Amino acid sequence: MLEQQLINALCLGSVYALFALGFTLVFGILGVINLSHGAIFMLGSYTALLLVDKFALPLWLALLVAMLVSGLIGLIVDFIVLKPLRARNAPHLAPMIATIGVAIMLTNLAQGLFGAENKRFPQGTVPEDSINWGNVQVTTLQIAIVVISFALMLVLLVAMKRTQLGRALRAIAESPKAAYLLGINVEGLFYLTSFAAAALGGAAGVLIGLSFNAISPFMGQPMLHKGIAVIILGGMGDIRGALIGGLFLGFAEVLSVAYISSDVRDGVAFGLLFLILLIRPSGMFGKVMERKA
Amino acid sequence: MFEWWDSFWSTYNTVVFGIGVNAMLALSIYLTLSCGLLSLANAAFMGIGAYAASLITMQMDWPFPVALAAGGLVPAAIALVIGIPTLRLSGVYLAMATLGFGEVVRVIILNLDFTGGPMGLNGIPQKTEFWHIVLLLALTLYLLARMRRSRIGRAFEAIKADEVAARLMGINVTAYKLLAFVLGAAIAGVAGGLNAHYTFTIGPGNYGFENAVDLLTMTVFGGIGNLVGPVLGATILGVLPEIFHQLKDFLLAFNGFILVVVILYLPNGIWDPRRMRAFWQRRKAAMQRGPVDA
Repeated sequence: MLEQQLINALCLGSVYALFALGFTLVFGILGVINLSHGAIFMLGSYTALLLVDKFALPLWLALLVAMLVSGLIGLIVDFIVLKPLRARNAPHLAPMIATIGVAIMLTNLAQGLFGAENKRFPQGTVPEDSINWGNVQVTTLQIAIVVISFALMLVLLVAMKRTQLGRALRAIAESPKAAYLLGINVEGLFYLTSFAAAALGGAAGVLIGLSFNAISPFMGQPMLHKGIAVIILGGMGDIRGALIGGLFLGFAEVLSVAYISSDVRDGVAFGLLFLILLIRPSGMFGKVMERKA
Repeated sequence: MFEWWDSFWSTYNTVVFGIGVNAMLALSIYLTLSCGLLSLANAAFMGIGAYAASLITMQMDWPFPVALAAGGLVPAAIALVIGIPTLRLSGVYLAMATLGFGEVVRVIILNLDFTGGPMGLNGIPQKTEFWHIVLLLALTLYLLARMRRSRIGRAFEAIKADEVAARLMGINVTAYKLLAFVLGAAIAGVAGGLNAHYTFTIGPGNYGFENAVDLLTMTVFGGIGNLVGPVLGATILGVLPEIFHQLKDFLLAFNGFILVVVILYLPNGIWDPRRMRAFWQRRKAAMQRGPVDA
């Protein structure tokens, strides 16, 4: 039984990590908590559903297009909302509340357009076959989800570590002003970050939509909460931290549901978060950033 | 005349009650923000206050003022306990930790027996009168106005502006932060108690993330530079749904839109005395100069 739970946990955790990665990327580089990330995740899910349902696109292509579409939405949000706030050097609170406004708008629009009820991928479009090892059952879908999540995360990690682009981004994360003086196109890379983060969020949306086969306008909010918990667990702005934090949360949730009670599920993420913040105020891997007198 | 008033009141009294309670909640957020604390725990404190007060009137049948006092004291005591470790955090981290606290409170209320679990509490006696709300709101405003002009208010302002500098000036930063946090919790708790005694029913879902965000929104929408802002924010955001009720399904989208517009174009909220003064001065100067285009 435990093996089965661990596999479910890995599957869930990898999607959490993928979602949180986009979230943490925006915080690390733009220095902004983008609370519309959950809504973009939800729209990614709907995009894939629409493409599969109405245009009979294969799943992999739908996933790619959904990433592109959610990336574009992220870009638009950045251009309309975050850019003016950056320009006037607004305090932390401003982008947080503005993106809450965006999230409310997007969720409500999705509800108006697609209806409030749960939508499912049409029969036969989601692979249902599975592999059995003894008493452990792994569906192809679970394998695909884990592989896709890890592949996307790996691409991002390698890009950040090894490429010129990644170096530029890390320079911006350190200090946008210094990066600008070094001739880095800071504004352009901000856009790129918003795009990439939203695309990752959209991908996570498609994968969650597939794995639970239930898509609703309200799926973004609980995911956002988990994303917040994950990036705090892992240390804000820390990519490795988001990865490990996401997996950790997946395991903590699945195991607590399996061995304690399903009622505590929603409390697990934040209970952990609360504890970790008290012990290590900057997360498991975060650097302590405090101005000393 | 009175008939008109009666029909208006019977239709809209919950709206007016809601605005009064929300104004108190917005002021509790203002209080923590004025000390530089971005705390999202006030919705949870409101819930704790609501549950404490309702349980006292329902189970023990004690008088309403006692219930309200307990509704303020219980969250204040909890705020004192969790504040000591939590307030070491600052900025976004504090926001997230307090958000986590709210979520934990929700799950605890959901799983306890005497709180009614997911069903919440039903049949809370309707004891809140209009004048209760007016009186307590006025009291809150008076208290905060006095505080602004006192040593405490100036200490809050110093901490908000620069924590390190405030500490160097000999201000006991931790104590003042704790004071703001605890007092904010007490105000939110009393507001929760008032709210529970006219809504008839409360549940664990009433005090979650959405509410925390709503409260923050009202406060920032109104403006956090002074006491008028939060009250005005609560009023406008309370009245808007009534005016635009024909938008129905897209009402929330409209709310979100307004929020974005205010943050983008009115960074200090809609009640921003400095901006207004500047506007009138420009106006006056233009009048004195006479029409320019002619």
